[in-house]
Amino acid sequence: MNNEAPKPAATEQATQEFVTVTIGDQLFGLLINEVQDVFMPSAITEVPLAAHEVAGVLNLRGRIVTAIDMRKRLGLPQRSEDEAEMAVGIEYNSESYGLVIDRVGEVHRLSNETFEANPANLDPRWAAVSAGVHRLEGNLMVVLDVNKVLALGHQALAA
Amino acid sequence: MDDLLTEFLTETSESLDVIDNELVRFEQEPNNAEILDNIFRLVHTIKGTCGFLGLPRLEALAHAGETLMGQYRDGVPVRPEGVQLILESIDRLKEILGELEQTGAEPAGSDADLISPLERMAVEGDAPPEASAPEPVEEPEPERELRPGEVSEEDLERAFQEADGPEGLDISPDSAAAAAADAAGDAAPAEPQTQDDAPAATAAESEPAAADPADGSGDAGQAARGGKEAPVKTQSIRVNVDTLEHLMTMVSELVLTRNQLLEMVRRLDESEFKVPLQRLSGVTAELQEGVMKTRMQPIGNAWQKLPRIVRDLSRELDKKIELEMKGADTELDRQVLEMIKDPLTHMVRNSADHGLEPTADRPGAGKPDVGTITLSAYHEGGHIIIEVADDGRGLNSEKIKAKVVQNGLASEADLEKMTEHQIHKFIFNAGFSTAAEVTSVSGRGVGMDVVRTNIELIGGSVDVKSTEGEGTAFIIKIPLTLAIVSALIVEAADQRFAIPQLSVVELVRTHKNAEHRIEMINETPVLRLRNKLLPLMRLSKLLNMEQSSEEEDATEDTDQSFFVVVIQVGAQFFGIVVDSVFDTEEIVVKPMSGMLRDISMFSGNTILGDGSVIMIIDPNGIAQQVASVATAENAQQEDNRQVADQGGDQTTALLLFRAGTDEPKAVPLSLVTRLEEIDVKEIEQANGRALVQYRGVLMPLVFVEGHSELNSEGQQPMLVFSDERRSMGLVVDEIVDIVEEKLKVEISSDQPGMIGSAVLKEKATEIIDMGHYLAQAFDDWLDEKDGRGIEFGTRLLLVDDSAFFRNMLAPLLGAAGYSVTMAESAKEALRLKDQGACFDVIVSDIEMPEMDGIAFAESVRADGRWGKTPIIALSSHSAPQVIERSRQAGFVDFVGKFDRQGLIESLKDCSQQLGAAA
Repeated sequence: MNNEAPKPAATEQATQEFVTVTIGDQLFGLLINEVQDVFMPSAITEVPLAAHEVAGVLNLRGRIVTAIDMRKRLGLPQRSEDEAEMAVGIEYNSESYGLVIDRVGEVHRLSNETFEANPANLDPRWAAVSAGVHRLEGNLMVVLDVNKVLALGHQALAA
Repeated sequence: MDDLLTEFLTETSESLDVIDNELVRFEQEPNNAEILDNIFRLVHTIKGTCGFLGLPRLEALAHAGETLMGQYRDGVPVRPEGVQLILESIDRLKEILGELEQTGAEPAGSDADLISPLERMAVEGDAPPEASAPEPVEEPEPERELRPGEVSEEDLERAFQEADGPEGLDISPDSAAAAAADAAGDAAPAEPQTQDDAPAATAAESEPAAADPADGSGDAGQAARGGKEAPVKTQSIRVNVDTLEHLMTMVSELVLTRNQLLEMVRRLDESEFKVPLQRLSGVTAELQEGVMKTRMQPIGNAWQKLPRIVRDLSRELDKKIELEMKGADTELDRQVLEMIKDPLTHMVRNSADHGLEPTADRPGAGKPDVGTITLSAYHEGGHIIIEVADDGRGLNSEKIKAKVVQNGLASEADLEKMTEHQIHKFIFNAGFSTAAEVTSVSGRGVGMDVVRTNIELIGGSVDVKSTEGEGTAFIIKIPLTLAIVSALIVEAADQRFAIPQLSVVELVRTHKNAEHRIEMINETPVLRLRNKLLPLMRLSKLLNMEQSSEEEDATEDTDQSFFVVVIQVGAQFFGIVVDSVFDTEEIVVKPMSGMLRDISMFSGNTILGDGSVIMIIDPNGIAQQVASVATAENAQQEDNRQVADQGGDQTTALLLFRAGTDEPKAVPLSLVTRLEEIDVKEIEQANGRALVQYRGVLMPLVFVEGHSELNSEGQQPMLVFSDERRSMGLVVDEIVDIVEEKLKVEISSDQPGMIGSAVLKEKATEIIDMGHYLAQAFDDWLDEKDGRGIEFGTRLLLVDDSAFFRNMLAPLLGAAGYSVTMAESAKEALRLKDQGACFDVIVSDIEMPEMDGIAFAESVRADGRWGKTPIIALSSHSAPQVIERSRQAGFVDFVGKFDRQGLIESLKDCSQQLGAAA
């Protein structure tokens, strides 16, 4: 047996791949292995009485996906009618969720060197879903922590 | 054969298949820990199960094998003899299992020939192989061998004794082989008896295999299995649940697609697709049924533990109980089965404890002393019916009634109207247990309502049938499966929802002008349905989807028609108002994601034929909501009313009638006790007065001033005013109406018996002074008063801003023996105080302009002279906080404004206290 206790940092590879998405004007990144697929959300059925952030449920190739409106989740203004929206499909507790975002960008391979923890003054709503920030050339990419994003049910209960 | 045993055999034969393969690999790579691990685990499982099932021979052998493998696993070098021994043990296990399958019992025989070498080898562990072989048998059992426990040790002892001669215990590798052959030979003769098809062939196959165990153990195993285990394999196969679930999902999709196609073709008049689609539809239905079957399990699985429970109960309760089970092979969905296990157990316990009378009482009732609990299950439509019946004493309706009244679930009057069956159903209410005492078995009051809740959770229902003295039967009706349900698709607020058909009783279309229309009681919509009022809830409101206030009003006016889906949940009936109803669809219930699971209104979601996702309404959730919304709305309206009161807009209910003249007259409805029509012939004249026998006493009749004629024949309407034990009838010509309006006496009147006039329903109406007529009817009133403990002439100050109330109350109070002084405001009352007036008691309104009753009471209390005078509050609303505030301000009592009787009583109390204090 291997007695070497694995440190979280040590197990992290020197580089990680992120799928970048844009929500509002901000660039976000999701670990590529967390992203199942990218799709155009359509025919979303609203769920009455659900948490504010829940955009509704939709049928994605025979699976029922619970869509989370990331703009609402982050407290950003609603996108207008004509603005395009996309969704990133993720699996959480073997349930399908879709994060409704504005655009999907390219995949970045980033080294840990550019990674930093959340700045102390980050909006608590953002800090609650962010795992940290990558300093990219020209802009910053906030790493979305999928688990935190979807830890909504309990919050909604408390609220 | 025992179900458990069958299951065990199926499972074990699979395990052994795996072991066969693994063993072959193990021989090749004896040091591969992973392979050894696998084998070890399987043998371990077999051992465990055998112990559980009471199969000592298998257990002992498996245990010995496991011990040796344990050694190897722990790093003891593997030796070929050891491997050989293990292989042989596995073969022996298979042989025994084969017997077991044929006969249902473990064959007699000994495995000492294998067990001892296995053990020895395990003990000697890493000692050189040479040393191990020739050791004498008699060597005492090493301590670590005690691990298996007494049974197997005993078994070993027996094995040693039964072992046939020293050669069986000789442990050189060669002789081990011989021993195995021997054993195989022993087993072989048993086969022809049990093998139906080709006994000779099987025996022949076994023989050579056993004879040459050293190299062909694997083959022998195969041969043996080929002969003996095949039946098990064909009976059932084990499939991963996930695979089944996936299959189920795919079929569900297929069903949905079919529905979609059917829908499309339905719209076409002539279509060449029609016939093939019909075929597709049929096949799909069959496929769906087939796949559903894979999820089905006999209900007997849920009953397995019951005989034991009943046996224990029988002992604990000292009753003779027999449990009969019918239809144990009735199949239902695995998931449903799991969920009814506990309720069923509970019900059986209940029957044993409460249902069956003590054994000693039974012969007296003409019953055999053994009580019977019958469990039966059968299919009926798309449902499965399970009955738990006992032949005990039956439910005691009287006890239930007493409990119902005690718990305030219904009034005695309500109970009178109920059928026996309806009364019995109360036992499903929360906290209801008629058991006189709590036993360890049941009677904690958490019984049947939990059962009901659990059953309703899976869309089922539970009913009870009982005949006193003959027994009780609980009937559970549950859907066959939870996966696909028939649902009604409805629309509310432009969104579609599915309501499970099982809880839908009927659909009612309502329209303003139709037979069924929605009526409002205090802004609560209700529907008259077959002489019953059905509470209604708008679905859009329940789901908080009201978009505009216009829509909210829609129920009340507009020409739009609505649909009411009548739902039954347990004993509760209610209607859900929806905008439109589509048709019913077979829907596949899919669980909601964790994020939505807290919403109790939905039980799941589903994909419709057109591909859209809709939510499935949970009738149980709605039922709960209906109750809680109703309470919340009442509370809100209560608030509204209070706000209105403070604005001085309070309304008074008035009874309009005609007497003498054509002008309508009115009297506050709250003063009137009853409206009666009395046959003129019954009216008698005595002493110049009209009297009628009313409820056993003579009731004087009085006439409105200026009018004194009775009808000449027929019925005479009258208003009855009752005051404790007396009644007075005010003769009127006609009762016109009841109105609720703001009462503003505009013209006060000097005319006796009249307070004044007010405009009611746009007509000038005379307001009657009841006090005047009361005094007329009871001219002996004052004498009576003395007897009632009120000192004549008790000085009373009445403070009220409303002339109407002053005028109405003063005569009443006067008639009751008080000397009444009136003040039209708190200011005026205080002025009286300053002028030096003295009163024995003060009655004050709370709601008054400028200075309200509270402030008035406070300033009275603060005063030295008036400080001790009791003050009674009059108010038209009795919100607890108002009462509390008035008590703090110094009011001694709080009386409703129209509660004459209450006021008189309260005053009487005050006078008596005064008297006592003096």
